Amino acid sequence: MEYVILFVSAILVNNFVLSRFLGICPFLGVSKRMSTALGMSGAVMFVMTIAAAVTWLIQTFLLVPLGLDGFLQTLSFILVIASLVQLIDIVMKRFAPPLHAALGIYLPLITTNCAVLGAAVINMKSGHGFFKSVLFAFAAAIGFALALLIFAGLRERIERADPPRCFKGVAISLITAGLLSLAFMGFSGLVK
Amino acid sequence: MDPVITSVLVPTLCVGGCGLASAVALGIADKFLSVPEDPRVQAVLAALPGANCGGCGFAGCADYASAIVLHGAEASLCAPAGSAGAAAIAQVMGQAPGAAAERKVALVLCCGDETEAVRRAHYNGITDCAAAHATAGGDKACAYGCLGYGSCARVCPVNAVRVEKGIAAIDKEACIACGKCVKVCPRKLVKLVPASAQIHVLCSSKDKGPAVKKVCGTGCIGCHMCAKKAGDAIVMDGSLAVVDYAKELKDTEIIAKCPGHCIRKA
Repeated sequence: MEYVILFVSAILVNNFVLSRFLGICPFLGVSKRMSTALGMSGAVMFVMTIAAAVTWLIQTFLLVPLGLDGFLQTLSFILVIASLVQLIDIVMKRFAPPLHAALGIYLPLITTNCAVLGAAVINMKSGHGFFKSVLFAFAAAIGFALALLIFAGLRERIERADPPRCFKGVAISLITAGLLSLAFMGFSGLVK
Repeated sequence: MDPVITSVLVPTLCVGGCGLASAVALGIADKFLSVPEDPRVQAVLAALPGANCGGCGFAGCADYASAIVLHGAEASLCAPAGSAGAAAIAQVMGQAPGAAAERKVALVLCCGDETEAVRRAHYNGITDCAAAHATAGGDKACAYGCLGYGSCARVCPVNAVRVEKGIAAIDKEACIACGKCVKVCPRKLVKLVPASAQIHVLCSSKDKGPAVKKVCGTGCIGCHMCAKKAGDAIVMDGSLAVVDYAKELKDTEIIAKCPGHCIRKA
């Protein structure tokens, strides 16, 4: 039950994009078309889950024993996540070319994505164990994907609509993002 | 050891160690796992303009470059690079440069602007030609004419299309002949024509003369006058005169003689 609550809470209640406001740049940047949004979501899910596992190991076996987790956390996490993404890129290109063709161009974009780093840092703050960390990161990534795909769908339709001229383009997109965030406020209180 | 030195040394070594370990791992991965890429792909990519317009039919310049090198795609498909680019690519690929493809430009085959063509309804739906066309066949009385809602202008990667007086006009100099407007036009009015061609029949209406005259002041009425004068450079497709761009058309006299006023220089 505890895991189910954690899962639902990370997807809906504390949605990374719409409640915590992490990962806004890809949320606005790659949401113009459904196909790119799908690719980006896949890449984020992949990287976030693996990054959570690796950062948990770094935190538990390197930073905490040395007493460095107070001020070196962000720095070492960025370092590790960035190299990890590069490594995944190389390995994927070699062993899974179709997957690389689908996600390849999005991987470099999320090397230092704040959502990926945020998931890792929130995990450490909440003191999650290894399995819980990975689960939380995966759920958070699903939440990110959900927000991104909903927004991409909305934007594709707004593109065809006829808003007042001064709202055209990015302006109406930002308003839409705000409304979407308000809609997700409805989930608050569902899980404590 | 002095606690001050330790408090500096331990974090430094820790982060440095992490960085070093990552660097070594990446180095090893790059050395043993990297996929050998044909160096010609990079060379071909350098010869392409990098606009990623997609006019060649591939998903951008990088995709086209690898298609040329790995799958033997045609080297002359890139309109922005032109014949100079095709020659550079052929050189990389070790082929003799093929016959330089003639530069083409997109042309809207309609000249029925708002002063000439009749609108039979007031359309205030989505500002998009396909939507207007789908709404009871469009608001223009002529079923073949340019609707002027600028779908072609929105897809143009180089902003060469403007909508003027209710019809689309393409800037010949700016056009890179990527063909996006050709695909998007719901009435199939945009054609790629040789840039050197001077005289065009700017009408696409296949209606008979009286029907054309009723809806547009500048439509082809199918009188055969130009076809008779210009020999085989203009052929009749039913009651519509069509320029055959493979043949040379120099007779500027037909411009003034055309009773429909739709043969024009462009």
